[in-house]
Amino acid sequence: MDVSKLLRQSNYIWQIEPFGNMHVPAVIYASEALIHDMDDKVYQQVTNVATLPGIVSASYAMPDAHWGYGFPIGGVAAFEPDHGGVISAGGVGFDISCGVRNLHTGLDFHDIMTVQKKLADALYRDIPAGVGSTGRIHLDSQAMDEMLSRGAQWAVDKGYGTSEDLERIEEYGCMKDAKPAQVSALAKKRQQDEMGTLGSGNHYLEVQHVVEIFDEEIASVFEIKQDDIVVAIHCGSRGLGHQIGTEFLRTMAIAASQYGIALPDRELACAPVNSPVGQDYLGAMRAAINCALANRQIITHLVRETFAKIFPQTTLPLLYDVSHNTCKVENHIIDGKPRELYIHRKGATRAFGPGHPDVPAAFHDSGQPVLIGGTMGSSSYILVGTQESMSLSFGSACHGAGRSMSRHQAHRQWQGRQLIDQLASQGIMIRSPSYRGVAEEAPGAYKDVSAVVDAAHQAKLAHKVARLEPVICIKG
Amino acid sequence: MGIRGIGNTKEQSFAMAATALTTIITDLDKVKHKIPVTISCDAPDDELLLVDWLNALIYEMATRKMLFSRFKVEISGQHLEATAVGEKVNVIHHQPAVEVKGATYTDLRVAQDTDGRWLAQCVVDV
Repeated sequence: MDVSKLLRQSNYIWQIEPFGNMHVPAVIYASEALIHDMDDKVYQQVTNVATLPGIVSASYAMPDAHWGYGFPIGGVAAFEPDHGGVISAGGVGFDISCGVRNLHTGLDFHDIMTVQKKLADALYRDIPAGVGSTGRIHLDSQAMDEMLSRGAQWAVDKGYGTSEDLERIEEYGCMKDAKPAQVSALAKKRQQDEMGTLGSGNHYLEVQHVVEIFDEEIASVFEIKQDDIVVAIHCGSRGLGHQIGTEFLRTMAIAASQYGIALPDRELACAPVNSPVGQDYLGAMRAAINCALANRQIITHLVRETFAKIFPQTTLPLLYDVSHNTCKVENHIIDGKPRELYIHRKGATRAFGPGHPDVPAAFHDSGQPVLIGGTMGSSSYILVGTQESMSLSFGSACHGAGRSMSRHQAHRQWQGRQLIDQLASQGIMIRSPSYRGVAEEAPGAYKDVSAVVDAAHQAKLAHKVARLEPVICIKG
Repeated sequence: MGIRGIGNTKEQSFAMAATALTTIITDLDKVKHKIPVTISCDAPDDELLLVDWLNALIYEMATRKMLFSRFKVEISGQHLEATAVGEKVNVIHHQPAVEVKGATYTDLRVAQDTDGRWLAQCVVDV
């Protein structure tokens, strides 16, 4: 992206003044170097979002912004229903409530390295992942609707985890006002065999090593320290979420004109919040959030079982679970007044700061953990939400690093087998059913997550706490 | 990932787009054509019809745990009838690289070029 098209507000804040049909400015949080590397379509998409009805304050892009479907990935936008505000299926994405959760292990680097291969093989065997995989749980119609209504709370009631886990999940594990009746039969059928599965592509389960602490005080609150081993689970709402995204994108694209919405891009398909389509999507999307939360909860249980076979004393308590493809109703202060807004975070993570009522008691004084996933072979980060982010980005931060090359290019540049061997020589054990899949996920195919996280830190969207490196990576 | 089908007819371009969809996941020649699945869909225009066709295939792949390598497509107006032929996923044999989530409207185009050949393309989310 040509930085001369932007107004520099600071080294990490760039603005595009409204032009054409934009109702509000666009704001991009990034270093100048990251701006240079951003594709031009981010400019187009972040300004397109600013044209949508009822948008409040600005259309935001996070430091990891790259082109998406309508909204940029790394896009944040808030809408007010009383001013014709919309809800957009494209503003949430196909993988509704894709997210990351981190589990403590109580183990250190040395503990893991003595059993690295055994643990990698066990996790690969025990955690269903990839195309064709099937979960252990098959839901009938009633169970499906209960799961969609209650999310991780349902999973805990079924014996997957403990009530203590719920305290450490956004929405305490259950997105309220979900409407299973708005989820189609096709979506439910697509999910029937997929509960407790990891998916594929950029999803993963990683055993990670804490290699650097940036803030000892917050790290202490999060109960992490140098050399700790943490488990990270990155996945979302699986087939159900994908199907809901597919169906409502179509419905909204067709219905937009009847609501008087001129879409600059069909992918920005949306409907007024206060419309039947908008309400139907809201109910279905919330059900999909619950599906993702339940899914990660079941996988957590499976991971705990696997670890217990090798480390019988471990319990793997949950640090936190964040989602990064959602639309949530939140209260934010705008011009000194509280307003109820519909916050779209598309490839962006909630990053609430200290004192926010939605942050669990354990993190009340610190702010919530913000978990930023790296890629296979690269660093992941733990950050903490800031007070500043509430006014900068509706309490939002980045979610990872986008791709720097296509899957096709990555497949031509790297050989999966060689990559696995190379990463193994660096102490990282990869397990995947597909060499081609590994090649497409090569660390070099992604942007530098450290640069993205530094920019988020410098822009005060979130504050760095720790850096982690993978030791074991399970891919689907 | 972008997929594109080119053919002498609109139907052929849709079939080739479906072939491209499979090649995102695995090598086409690894997928035997043993089990037929019929698909039908309707849409307000050609472009939405392409997206609906691809999403119907994605749905069948997900729920039947299959991959497809042969496609016979018939289009009448905005109505599509098709048979997709493939086999059950065998992870060791097919080594699926990625799972397709859905077809998007990004770079969506169904059009006939000046040489009369048809193009059908879009980006699919993986």
